[in-house]
Amino acid sequence: MSKSVIRVSLLLAVVTLILALAPLWAGRSDLRLIGEIMAYLALAVLWNLLAGYAGLMSVGQQAFVGLGGYMLMISTVMLGLPPLAALPLAFVLAGLVAAGFARLLFRLEGAYFAIGTWVAAESVALVFAGIPALGGGAGMSLPTDAVRSIAASREMREFVIYWLMLGLGIGTLVGAWTLIRSKPGLALMALRDNPVAAVSVGVNIQRIRFWTYVLVAAITGVIGAIIFLQKLRVSPQAAFSLQDWTVAVIFIVVIGGIGRIEGAIVGTAVYFLLREILGDYGVTYLIVLGVVAILVVSFSSGGIWGLIERRFGWSLMPTARRMTDR
Amino acid sequence: MAYVDAVVQGILLGGLYALFATGLSLIFGVMRLVNIAHGDFIVLGAYLALVVVQATGLHPFASLILVVPLMAGIGYAIQRGLLNRTLGPNLLPPILVTFGLAVVIQNGLLTLFSTDTRRLAAGPIETASLSLGPISVGWLPLATFAVAVVLILGLELLFYRTAMGRAFRATTDDAEMARAMGVNTRHVHALAMALSFAVIAIAGVFLAARSNFDPFSGPARLIFGFGGLGSLWGTLAGGVVLGVAQALGAQISPQFQILAGHLVFFLILAVRPRGLFPRME
Repeated sequence: MSKSVIRVSLLLAVVTLILALAPLWAGRSDLRLIGEIMAYLALAVLWNLLAGYAGLMSVGQQAFVGLGGYMLMISTVMLGLPPLAALPLAFVLAGLVAAGFARLLFRLEGAYFAIGTWVAAESVALVFAGIPALGGGAGMSLPTDAVRSIAASREMREFVIYWLMLGLGIGTLVGAWTLIRSKPGLALMALRDNPVAAVSVGVNIQRIRFWTYVLVAAITGVIGAIIFLQKLRVSPQAAFSLQDWTVAVIFIVVIGGIGRIEGAIVGTAVYFLLREILGDYGVTYLIVLGVVAILVVSFSSGGIWGLIERRFGWSLMPTARRMTDR
Repeated sequence: MAYVDAVVQGILLGGLYALFATGLSLIFGVMRLVNIAHGDFIVLGAYLALVVVQATGLHPFASLILVVPLMAGIGYAIQRGLLNRTLGPNLLPPILVTFGLAVVIQNGLLTLFSTDTRRLAAGPIETASLSLGPISVGWLPLATFAVAVVLILGLELLFYRTAMGRAFRATTDDAEMARAMGVNTRHVHALAMALSFAVIAIAGVFLAARSNFDPFSGPARLIFGFGGLGSLWGTLAGGVVLGVAQALGAQISPQFQILAGHLVFFLILAVRPRGLFPRME
């Protein structure tokens, strides 16, 4: 392992430790905010893998967030399982649905793929809105005894959900970094840089795209389950929100730097900074976010991190390979 | 009989969907640009018509005299100032920029006009209908369908019979060669977008006259317009297929209306992954 990797790993470990101890130093609302930041960090890292590396421009990731949210309801209300059992189930359900979608969507090219993922997500939302046992269009709440089974006190429940989100955020980030540095990651980077050349050196594009899509969807499902474990209530509109689970995430990645691991971190920071600063002015932050994203795409396709990389040559989470002397 | 009626109403609804989609299809054909904000521009056109009608007291359809050139101007400016610089082999940048535009428009309209649903009163034509034996057909849907057909016919003529159309086709086939022959492709792209926006303005007024709209009505219009992307007549065919599917779906259950449309969308794309009438490459 190179020196810089060790240094970054140490830094990450320290940050994670500090954040894990947040229940000791942060208030309730701060805890909620950090949890939300972690959820978005994870969503951003995952969408970046899809669009930035595998070239899969999905605008339908809300399908899997929503599936995760609904899996939570199905497993607790219908199957009578403890809420946390929903996490692995959400992973499986979202992954299976994604594998099904992939058969159809992967026939589509470019823009058709993008719109196809969107229509697929809309269809899933319509299906869930039509199931009366799950509250139909109005949605349903998590039963109180199921909520209590997470932990006895409200405080402890909030801590548990916070740690889950923290684990998922950091875990996804580190997981994606490790993946990019692995052998399949090399194929992903080749795919990002030049799909034609990637094929010519033996990268099986279809297979790597399929598994990226399915794995990203499965983890997105788990994130959805945790998000709605915190919200305690799920409705088709909230669960399958294009705005919340895909538009915001796309902006985060584009502004931070698409096709770069660091991009998701920088973008998430910018997104929450803007939201907290402009939060008092209603939807203004969304307008500002849209304008910033447009400017970034027009003038620096590598996003903010791309600019920093070019200007200072920094690399926070190195993925480049160098020839060794030996 | 109910099913025959549903099919007829579905075909006419398809006229509206074709109207929604024609502008999208046009610029996709000319410059392979997918305008994610297309539906939101339709809604923007509807609000522009609303403002014009409120300010001048014109009939909604008469307001087109102002709304069409205004929207065309906006389209030209957006293409020239913003979208031209994102065109290239990579499909992602234009999708991302128009994605940004969509959110800016939605939330800008929300700030200006609130979430209240609006509608443009078109007068007696809204409810007037024509009896064809046991089926009665509304004049407004009929007019919408006729406008869609006439528009597509007009655009086909423009593309294949005029100098401007020749420049469009030359730019589509080989932008570099067109430039070498003295065509200003940046201007041509912007003209195509202006034309697309003129159609969007018409679509916006018909949307406003036929249904309620609010700042977030746009994305659904985009989806409804995607089936036949790639050729103008394909757009009409796609609209009609979708309209009939939705009308038949509504016969089964009201909830099933939209879902039936989505399923047909996938069916079309499963059989023809590049739209109903793909262009030759």
